[in-house]
Amino acid sequence: MLIDTAQASAQQTADAPAVRVEGVSKSFAGSVALEPISMRIERGEFLTLLGPSGCGKTTLLNLIAGFLEADQGELYIHDKPVTRVPPYQREIGIVFQNYALFPHMSVARNVGYGLRTRGVPKAEAERRVREALALVKLEDFADRRPRQLSGGQQQRVALARALVIRPRVLLLDEPFSALDRNLRAAMQVELREIQTSLGLTTVFVTHDQGEALSMSDRIAVMSRATIRQIGTPSEIYDHPQNHFVASFVGDANMFRATLLEAEGSDARLKLGETEARITSFQTDLPAPGPVTLFVRPEHCHLAEPGTPGTIPATVALSVYQGSHTELHVDCPLAEGGRAMLRVPSRTSVAPGEPLAIGLAESGAAVFGAED
Amino acid sequence: MYKSFSDHLLDWAGRILLTLILGFLVLPFIVVFIASFNESAILSFPPQSWSTRWYVNAFEYRDFGNGLRNSLRVAAFGAGIALVAGAGFAYVFNRYDFAFKNTLNGILLSPLIIPNFTIGLGVLVLTAAASMPRNVWTVVAVHVIIVLPFVVRSVYVSLQNLERAYEQAAESLGGRPLHVLLTITLPLLLPGLVAGAIFAAILSFNEFTASLYVVSQRTETLPVAMYNYVREYADPTLAAMSVLYVAAVAALLLLVHKIFRLEKVLNVD
Ligand SMILES: Nc1ncnc2c1ncn2[C@@H]1O[C@H](COP(=O)(O)OP(=O)(O)OP(=O)(O)O)[C@@H](O)[C@H]1O
Ligand SMILES: [Mg+2]
Repeated sequence: MLIDTAQASAQQTADAPAVRVEGVSKSFAGSVALEPISMRIERGEFLTLLGPSGCGKTTLLNLIAGFLEADQGELYIHDKPVTRVPPYQREIGIVFQNYALFPHMSVARNVGYGLRTRGVPKAEAERRVREALALVKLEDFADRRPRQLSGGQQQRVALARALVIRPRVLLLDEPFSALDRNLRAAMQVELREIQTSLGLTTVFVTHDQGEALSMSDRIAVMSRATIRQIGTPSEIYDHPQNHFVASFVGDANMFRATLLEAEGSDARLKLGETEARITSFQTDLPAPGPVTLFVRPEHCHLAEPGTPGTIPATVALSVYQGSHTELHVDCPLAEGGRAMLRVPSRTSVAPGEPLAIGLAESGAAVFGAED
Repeated sequence: MYKSFSDHLLDWAGRILLTLILGFLVLPFIVVFIASFNESAILSFPPQSWSTRWYVNAFEYRDFGNGLRNSLRVAAFGAGIALVAGAGFAYVFNRYDFAFKNTLNGILLSPLIIPNFTIGLGVLVLTAAASMPRNVWTVVAVHVIIVLPFVVRSVYVSLQNLERAYEQAAESLGGRPLHVLLTITLPLLLPGLVAGAIFAAILSFNEFTASLYVVSQRTETLPVAMYNYVREYADPTLAAMSVLYVAAVAALLLLVHKIFRLEKVLNVD
């Protein structure tokens, strides 16, 4: 009986999420940096915080790291409350945007810092530093000073320094934003490989949606101090739940429309002069009235002008992209007066030519005004 | 690059102006430098005959030797105490918010506004009223009051330029606050601390007005000893002293410069 309970509780701890955030919020001098937020980060998961500048990504990361104290709420790491545990006892690895390598120490001493604070015996520490440097392919750079390294190499040292302590969670705050495009792509792959091979729970901050979509197990899209949607990259991209997420991630066409009637996921809409029927991916639609119709360019096609159920537009610019051509069109019904669709490259359309945008039967959604 | 005639004119006018200003700035020193080699016992200018005997006299005059020892001691202790106290104040000001912070800051910086003779007079009156002995520590205390604001400023600026990410990284790696302070914060602040201390030492070494009030025959500093000398004698010994003085301070400043290059070595610029 006793053993059963012990096993059950051990079982529970093993299943517990790596990080659990419960109603955590933060304000600075009266201005809200983070509304009360709740979420779970599973073990081994790569979670990305994605959002525009100032939306509270770093604030959330600093709360998890312990550099900031939450105004309210509770934070759990491996099911233990850590809200009042100082950063040096949280066993969390951090990589900063500007690397923050200690300039007065060699690469090896930088990486070994977290082992010295833990009193790891010298021989073991040296071995673990070597292993960590090998993991990021910098074995030959142990004796260099940080300033003698390139940006990419410094980033790897920062990663090795965070990994060597075998953290329970790895936090990265826009780690690649100072790197050029090619290096950034290489580092993305490398980080993801290392993360997967170690099964490391990772929280990654970026405002680059491409980076978020390609690297993450799940993405938390943030805006204005709160999480607007959390889900897998395809959930976020294919099934955005609100106007913000739909327009922040990927290319989106947004049209002003009036919802006439809705039945389940089927909606009848008034689009300017014409009416259209769509099947939304949403399970519940907003109340009839003014709405925004959301369609990705890949769910739009060229139609004959005047076809019922299509949206009139004129070509403003066509951009050749090799495999396809992007047509940027002036469209009175579109938000901002512009929409975009992708057509086969051999389609020839001249600027000023009238056309119509046809909608695919699925892949669309309608958002109410408050979304 | 092509330059017109008027460009050249401006160029030359600029150079001449600059030379004149620099000349004006160092003119007093040049005069003193020349006068220090005057053979005659009267400070006349320009000298008729030349000698280095006043330098010998400067080295042999006992009050100067005593004054130098006192000045060095006061500068070392004054700068040292000001460094420790100033760095502590600067750290607290940079890292913590508390009530009356602005008031305390104002008090700390007030020696910048209150003239040195007021500080000297104040300490004199205070020690007399409390019938405390006036010894070398009285002089040190006055010098600490005078140089502290400069040290606080210097360390505060270094702290503000120090990115928090270094300390945060160290903390996340398991460094307790004191360990982080010793292994990360202080080493990164070192150039600023040393420069601040040397700056304070030079200020203290040059201080005259406040010291005049609180020194005794036994504790008089070099500037006070020089002042007392000139009240008795009018020979070029003081000119020789001035040259030695400038040479010593210039050497110290060169040291500061070395440290600023040290900053580059440590990569904290
Ligand atoms: N120490 C602080 N004092 C006052 N306000 C702060 C502080 N730190 C953050 N803020 C404010 O909190 C809000 C969220 O900031 P945060 O740094 O979390 O944004 P972010 O999403 O990381 O942005 P970015 O992409 O630009 O890094 C911002 O409005 C910011 O001005
Ligand atoms: Mg940020």
